[in-house]
Amino acid sequence: MYRIIRKKVLAPTMKLIEVEAPDIAAKVLPGNFVILRIDEKGERIPLTVADYDRKKGTITLIFQEVGYTTKHLGRLEEGDALLDLVGPLGEHMQIEGYKKVICVGGGSGTALLYPKTKAFYEAGAKVLTITGARTKELLILLDELDAVSDELYVTTDDGSYGHHGFVTDILKELLDKHDDVDLVVAIGPVPMMKACAELTREYGVKCIVSLNAIMVDGTGMCGGCRVIVGGETKFTCVDGPAFDGHLVDFDDLMRRLSYYKKHEEEVLSNECCSGGECKCH
Amino acid sequence: MPLKPNKTPMPVQDSKERIKNFNEVALGYSEADALKEAERCLNCKKPLCKQGCPVEVPIPEFIQAIKEKDYEKAIEILKSKNNLPAICGRVCPQENQCEKYCVMGKKHEPVAIGRLERWVADWDLNRKKEVKSIEATKGKVAVVGAGPAGLTAAADLAKMGYKVTVFEAFHKAGGVLVYGIPEFRLPKEIVKREVEYIKQLGVELKLNFIIGKTKTIDELFEDGYEAVFIATGAGLPRFMNIPGENLNGVYSANEFLTRVNLMKAYRFPEYKTPIRVGKRVAVIGGGNVAMDAARTALRLGAESYVIYRRSEKEMPARLEEIHHAKEEGVKFKFLANPVEIIGNEKGEVIAIKCIDMELGEPDESGRRRPIPKEGSEWVMEVDNVIIAIGNSPNPLVPRTTPDIETTKWGTIVVKNEDGETTKEGVFAGGDIVTGAATVIEAMGAGKRAARAIDQYLTNKKIM
Ligand SMILES: Cc1cc2nc3c(=O)[nH]c(=O)nc-3n(C[C@H](O)[C@H](O)[C@H](O)COP(=O)(O)OP(=O)(O)OC[C@H]3O[C@@H](n4cnc5c(N)ncnc54)[C@H](O)[C@@H]3O)c2cc1C
Ligand SMILES: Cc1cc2nc3c(=O)[nH]c(=O)nc-3n(C[C@H](O)[C@H](O)[C@H](O)COP(=O)(O)OP(=O)(O)OC[C@H]3O[C@@H](n4cnc5c(N)ncnc54)[C@H](O)[C@@H]3O)c2cc1C
Ligand code: SF4
Ligand code: SF4
Ligand code: FES
Ligand SMILES: [Mg+2]
Repeated sequence: MYRIIRKKVLAPTMKLIEVEAPDIAAKVLPGNFVILRIDEKGERIPLTVADYDRKKGTITLIFQEVGYTTKHLGRLEEGDALLDLVGPLGEHMQIEGYKKVICVGGGSGTALLYPKTKAFYEAGAKVLTITGARTKELLILLDELDAVSDELYVTTDDGSYGHHGFVTDILKELLDKHDDVDLVVAIGPVPMMKACAELTREYGVKCIVSLNAIMVDGTGMCGGCRVIVGGETKFTCVDGPAFDGHLVDFDDLMRRLSYYKKHEEEVLSNECCSGGECKCH
Repeated sequence: MPLKPNKTPMPVQDSKERIKNFNEVALGYSEADALKEAERCLNCKKPLCKQGCPVEVPIPEFIQAIKEKDYEKAIEILKSKNNLPAICGRVCPQENQCEKYCVMGKKHEPVAIGRLERWVADWDLNRKKEVKSIEATKGKVAVVGAGPAGLTAAADLAKMGYKVTVFEAFHKAGGVLVYGIPEFRLPKEIVKREVEYIKQLGVELKLNFIIGKTKTIDELFEDGYEAVFIATGAGLPRFMNIPGENLNGVYSANEFLTRVNLMKAYRFPEYKTPIRVGKRVAVIGGGNVAMDAARTALRLGAESYVIYRRSEKEMPARLEEIHHAKEEGVKFKFLANPVEIIGNEKGEVIAIKCIDMELGEPDESGRRRPIPKEGSEWVMEVDNVIIAIGNSPNPLVPRTTPDIETTKWGTIVVKNEDGETTKEGVFAGGDIVTGAATVIEAMGAGKRAARAIDQYLTNKKIM
């Protein structure tokens, strides 16, 4: 069992948990993820390791409640435990060798972006960070990001905080202003990553994205997480999750992510609205 | 009493009923059935049957014990060679192994060795007994992978007095027995009890632990393990590299079966893992995996087709599975091979395009090579395609342990029958060495490796 020793609500649907997992904490690097299962009837879902403490033997996960399993996870409290937790999975991110990096995070993608931002900063790169959300309440990790960025830009779609508009507006400004950016890292909703990939292509700047394909095992044995990169089939869990954004077929990814929509709605309505034990109403 | 020419029939769930549930199809002999079938065995002086069994189960001896109603003795004899008889009795391809060589089979049907083995094992599982855990005094051994090869090696090593830890990537032990082979063919309760037994022997199971990720082989040695047995199986799905394979609705058999068996998607939404099966499903392949996928799809409400590029005669699946699949209404398209999967604007499968094949000269496997017939393409409307054309070895361990040599197919190179690899103290066996094979062969490899590890560690201590 993997005990939750700390829980923090970052935004109404955005939560952080710190979990005891000494074997994973000992090995994890920025870019790695884990797969967890809450209980015997639960599904396996992947979450990025947002932070870790090797001495304490813990890892930190930050997640947005989007459906049944993430909502269930959000209802767990300190002292509760996860039934299964496996990792670290995926290839970690290449951090060394960059001088100026723009880190772009959208929505819950900001949580996934944070450990990479921190790693680039600690490795000595100049780090310009952009984070955006739909509205003010959904902005997360501003102080944390500020501490590991040379410059921090914030956007909201509705203008309730920071720049009124999209993260790509700022990205374009920064690319115009700095002609020595050697890497853009973009993590967030698929349309946002696609827009960042297209923009950086115009500027000839390398762009790394982190893909969120649907997973089961996370070890390369099911092929469910396959994505098309440069015309070839790749398994996100073992070949990724980070890929060259200029080569990713985002439309294919988007289609695959929607395959279980009906099931996802069904399992949610079953639990929440028919007198289940949940506390979401 | 004259000998009965035919096997005592196996009671089965009616095919019309069973396609609506996931309960076991073959119900097992009664004691009377078992005694009747045991009588058919001639107790041969030179039992040919035994040569056909990869682990050399003393077949006439255990059947003789059944005749004498000494079931305790029967199970003891079985377990002397086979740690998992309840499983082998159910899934061994007996027609190619023990039963193939049974003398009764020359004129009549062979003795139903597998069914008798299953009966004795089930009798044993159903009684209460205490297992003494053996005191571990001989040092620490690590086993990687909790499939049949790993579990067998772990049990044998524990019995020899080693402190054994099994590291398993999944959240459940059993390997293919839990994620691949469906409930209706091998109830998971049986695998669970066999795993319990192994734990009672004192074996420690570390689930959710991926060697190559959570720890490497070298780190296991640093942690004080003196030898390692790699039994990571052939878990990598092969695709066909034809257009449309990424469409929604195309599954690898591994994904399809893992969702249904391991994650229990057939009980969605009670269990939270979804599976989406439409009206008609095409399964590509002709082995056990294809049969399991086709019969599973049927139980999820689909019309189920198997598309196989050779003829029925060449199908590698167990005879019983082909028979059961037909009985249940799975339809077969022999001598056909997919060339394209066709999708709609939403990126979902709507049809499959195939080409007819004919058989040419035999290839390396001795089976006649299928050759496409030009201009013979046809299209069938389907909602799902399940690809069951085979699995490759899992590369995680070799990739992170460069001093373990592999072949160009990705299997681990072993120097001998014992499974010794090119790295000192590291042994390997099962599908990771042979490529996708059978449960009993994997177990055989586990047994031989356990003996070899014992020898290796004993010698090391003397030197
Ligand atoms: C490598 C990786 C790292 C991720 N890291 C994070 C993270 O740090 N924080 C975070 O909030 N989210 C992360 N995600 C996304 C997260 O896994 C999904 O939001 C979650 O699985 C949704 O489950 P649900 O039951 O709550 O929602 P559902 O309603 O079941 O699904 C909502 C959507 O999530 C996607 N999804 C569903 N099941 C899975 C699955 N098994 N695997 C992947 N995606 C799925 C589908 O697109 C689906 O439409 C990551 C995904 C991947 C692949
Ligand atoms: C659907 C299906 C049906 C089959 N039907 C039959 C049948 O009827 N009869 C028959 O005889 N054979 C059958 N087979 C074949 C048989 O199941 C295999 O030959 C056998 O399971 C091989 O055993 P193994 O121990 O080598 O590997 P596996 O059973 O594959 O077990 C390997 C284990 O290692 C784990 N693992 C992998 N990598 C790592 C890692 N890096 N770290 C930790 N753990 C790891 C895996 O999760 C898995 O649990 C079938 C196979 C399939 C897929
Ligand atoms: S283990 Fe398999 S091959 Fe050997 S006797 Fe039993 S059923 Fe036959
Ligand atoms: S060959 Fe057949 S008849 Fe002879 S001992 Fe074996 S099972 Fe019995
Ligand atoms: S999640 Fe199964 S192969 Fe990637
Ligand atoms: Mg879900």
